[in-house]
Amino acid sequence: MSYKIGIPRALLYYEYYPLWKEFFTELGAEIVLSSNTNKSILNAGVSSCVDEACLPVKVFHGHVEELKNKVDYLFIPKFISVYKKEYLCPKLLGLPEMVINSIDNLPPVIDVEINLLKSDDNLHKSVIEIGKIFTSDNKKIKLAFDKAISRFNEYRKLLANGVIPIEAIKVYNKYVNSITTLKNSKYKILVLGHSYNLYDEFLSMKLIEKLQKENMKVITPDIVDIGKINHYISKLPKRMFWSFGRKIVGASSYLIEEKAVDGIIYISSFGCGLDSVLIDLVSRKAKKYKVPFTLVTIDEHSGEAGVNTRLEAFIDMIIWRDRNEDYISTHG
Amino acid sequence: MKITFPHMGNTYIAVKAMFEDFGLEVVVPPKCSKRTLELGTKYSPESICLPLKINIGNYIESIEKGADTILITGSCGPCRFGFYPVIEREILKDLGYDVDIIVFDPPDGNYKELINNITRAVNTKNPIKMLKSFNRGRIILKEVDKLFEFSNKIRAYAVNSYEVDEIMQRFSEDVLKVKGVIETRKLIRRTFEELEKVEIDNTKRPLRIGIVGEIYTVIEPYVNLDIERKLGHMGVWVDKFLTTSRWVEHNLKPSFLGLSEEKKAWEAAKPYIRTLVGGHGRETVGSAIMYAEKGYDGVIQLLPFSCMPEIVAETILKTVRKDYDIPILTLIVDELTGETGYVTRLEAFVDLLKRRREERNFERVLFRS
Repeated sequence: MSYKIGIPRALLYYEYYPLWKEFFTELGAEIVLSSNTNKSILNAGVSSCVDEACLPVKVFHGHVEELKNKVDYLFIPKFISVYKKEYLCPKLLGLPEMVINSIDNLPPVIDVEINLLKSDDNLHKSVIEIGKIFTSDNKKIKLAFDKAISRFNEYRKLLANGVIPIEAIKVYNKYVNSITTLKNSKYKILVLGHSYNLYDEFLSMKLIEKLQKENMKVITPDIVDIGKINHYISKLPKRMFWSFGRKIVGASSYLIEEKAVDGIIYISSFGCGLDSVLIDLVSRKAKKYKVPFTLVTIDEHSGEAGVNTRLEAFIDMIIWRDRNEDYISTHG
Repeated sequence: MKITFPHMGNTYIAVKAMFEDFGLEVVVPPKCSKRTLELGTKYSPESICLPLKINIGNYIESIEKGADTILITGSCGPCRFGFYPVIEREILKDLGYDVDIIVFDPPDGNYKELINNITRAVNTKNPIKMLKSFNRGRIILKEVDKLFEFSNKIRAYAVNSYEVDEIMQRFSEDVLKVKGVIETRKLIRRTFEELEKVEIDNTKRPLRIGIVGEIYTVIEPYVNLDIERKLGHMGVWVDKFLTTSRWVEHNLKPSFLGLSEEKKAWEAAKPYIRTLVGGHGRETVGSAIMYAEKGYDGVIQLLPFSCMPEIVAETILKTVRKDYDIPILTLIVDELTGETGYVTRLEAFVDLLKRRREERNFERVLFRS
């Protein structure tokens, strides 16, 4: 009998799902995903999570609530660091603990620690630890992981070719067979934010899709070349110690300084600690290089109509700016 | 060079004395006030946590008094405190202040920069002199923290608790007037003696509350609305888990000299949280457990709004509360915190603890016979 592994469709799902999926499938486990974020998941999350947490963490709790009675194991790894000398957000560091202490009657939780802060060797230890649940054959686990990694790298290649993850993941899941092709669009909009805010269509209120409908080319930090990101982030006076921060600030610095974008929209969840710093860094730079910048803050009370209005206004502004920038009224 | 630094509870007493010993001019920022907070809130990013806002207020008020060099400590994550210096520098630059900011970052493998920064700050290259002064500063830090701890105890036992306030008020006024380490220590000793003279009522059995949480909020009285004093007047003997001297000890004491309090807290927290979560999240959980084990009546967790590590801790404290059967109150502060509502919650909490104790005593009397 194969085990059912529950993976909540939230937070780091948007970064690593293809990897996890391949790994568990190779090991002969069945994967159960929670459904796309919706109102009832949000409500369940809000009521089980502590009030002060940010929206994506609350939503994560909602996904766990949906899954908890359907699976044998819940996969909530304890991500501390995914790169040397870098951290993830403190709330992700304590995520398994938050869930375990907030939700009752959970199935066993796979909360293996993933910590590459000091060295990459720890990864294999963590992988073996996860695999042990399914098989005692270490070789098999290793093989499964290697296979998963190579498929994951293919997925990454999709991203490097300019397919934003929201589409890449769809391609991957074979929900949609073709990538939405854009007509030649004149304006490039950089949409910034944590992947779990950007690509969760419920949380971001399909902002990316709306932009594309308005014939804007959307760029997200995930499709920016990692070499460029590293180069531009090293210009900061202090080493950026958040992996998400590196991606967001590095990518935006590169695109702003190279004048490769016409506008920036930052999607941030209310009370996000990282964003309070990152927004300051990005908006300062945008101001300096005169790139339009707008901030969309989301929380459980966000209304779509208000966001739409702001989005429309922003798009109009970008178009007018382009058309009329050099126009000086003769009427004074 | 006129040195200044952000406020954090009583730290200014030690830092001031230490740098005065180096023969430097120190500008102590005016005590945190409404103006400090308003200045800070006005110029800081909206959603950043409260300590940065107060820091900015401190800097501006110090610069107005003539300071031109700011000393701060840094960190390398995962809490956003590590990025304070970057943002603060930008804000002050935007405001047009021409000040030098010296950051003491943890070495991160690069000791040269740290040592460079220190020599730049203290204006001497003599390591023996540096170590000596530093050690003296550490001693003052310890003594001041002891003094305040003692005052908390006396306040709970005193016949008239406001006498303690008077003495401590006089102390914080006088300490600005004295110069250097020796005079400061004398003043501390004198204040100790004054406190010992306060009339106390030994029949009192004060409630005991432990204060845990984010370090800045726990230590800086302006931010936590003077919680120690408020509770003291309600007849509570307060203990703070985090003090500056403990922080220094934890970070600088070599590990072979035994476990620091914070490491003990890590051990205590282990069943609930295995790894770091940044800031003092792990210590908060551990210290709450330690207070429960010591038989305290209650625990109060303090945090600035949107503090990431403490939110994780808050979630875990829900379970600690059940497992150890100890009431835990979480208080969140930011620039909009109103004093009245805060006091009401403290009063309600103290009432609850009193009643719990009465009920327990009552049960004991019943079942003894």
